Amino acid sequence: MTIETPDKQQSSRFQLYDTNLHSRLILGSALYPSPDSLSGAVKASGAEIVTISLRRETAGRSAAKDFWQHIQKLGVKLLPNTAGCRTAKEAITTAQMARELFGTSWVKLEVIANDDTLQPDLFGLVEATKELSEQGFQVFPYTTEDLGAAEKLLTAGAEVLMPWGAPIGTGRGLMNPYALKTMRSYFPDTALIVDAGIGAPSHAAQAMEMGYDAILLNTAVAKAGDPVAMARAFKLAVEAGHLAFQALMIEERDMASPSTPVAGTPFFDLEKLD
Amino acid sequence: MNVILNGQSETIKALTLSELCKTFQDDPMTIATAVNGNFVSVGERDALKLKEGDRIEILSPRQGG
Repeated sequence: MTIETPDKQQSSRFQLYDTNLHSRLILGSALYPSPDSLSGAVKASGAEIVTISLRRETAGRSAAKDFWQHIQKLGVKLLPNTAGCRTAKEAITTAQMARELFGTSWVKLEVIANDDTLQPDLFGLVEATKELSEQGFQVFPYTTEDLGAAEKLLTAGAEVLMPWGAPIGTGRGLMNPYALKTMRSYFPDTALIVDAGIGAPSHAAQAMEMGYDAILLNTAVAKAGDPVAMARAFKLAVEAGHLAFQALMIEERDMASPSTPVAGTPFFDLEKLD
Repeated sequence: MNVILNGQSETIKALTLSELCKTFQDDPMTIATAVNGNFVSVGERDALKLKEGDRIEILSPRQGG
């Protein structure tokens, strides 16, 4: 076993746009049973980035203000989303509002095509990515594994791509590992984050073993029986998967191959092979 | 005047977006606004005179995935 050296720790750092990061787990802030469980999960996960949203304010209510103060105390970098937007125009306006309110040019760009699958509208996504990039945003598009759309998103200005693992909130893991592997191979130098559909730490490890740069998830931690413990489980799984990727895993074989040396096997008689 | 405020038909007294925002939050920096689908920055709210039928969105930070 190779013990992680300072050099290897250094190489585990990565960059999203102009920001250097260590944690490869990005956590959503929704669906937690309480504000304290959100705080505990963020700490246990080691996440340096947390996603948030904008929703309609109700006159006289302080819930939004309380949440905003709570999230600011976490000391993490915020990644506002455009969840629920169904056109490029809606997403662009929401991103502009988020930039002013949260003071960041980062945006997790969602343009949703279908209510049942919450599948991205790839046409609207490319359109919004182009416009927002021209306005100085640093766009994190929530997309599929479609290579053609991915190329258009990069041409439009995105430097990070976030393909889904499975539909949002389903917890089904990597529905199309072949396509995700293909995407990783096709874009070896682009920051790729698997976003959505992760249910178990093993799903996150599987994506990291493929060489994905990071994992973005929410429901799998927030709706777990113990969100704080699950956040730590995901932290360890993401780290394990990334370390395995760096260590270069063996190729799969079709036939068995003994791990114990054959030479010197007791009771082994070459004549029996005839 | 009658407007669509956060998706609901409302009758409001405010004449500008800035005045309307004050009925939501004392601190104008804790909300973000759009009128008729277009972003309106904090600095533009004072000068933005509301009109009959305007569609106004007033948003605030919320949990998100």
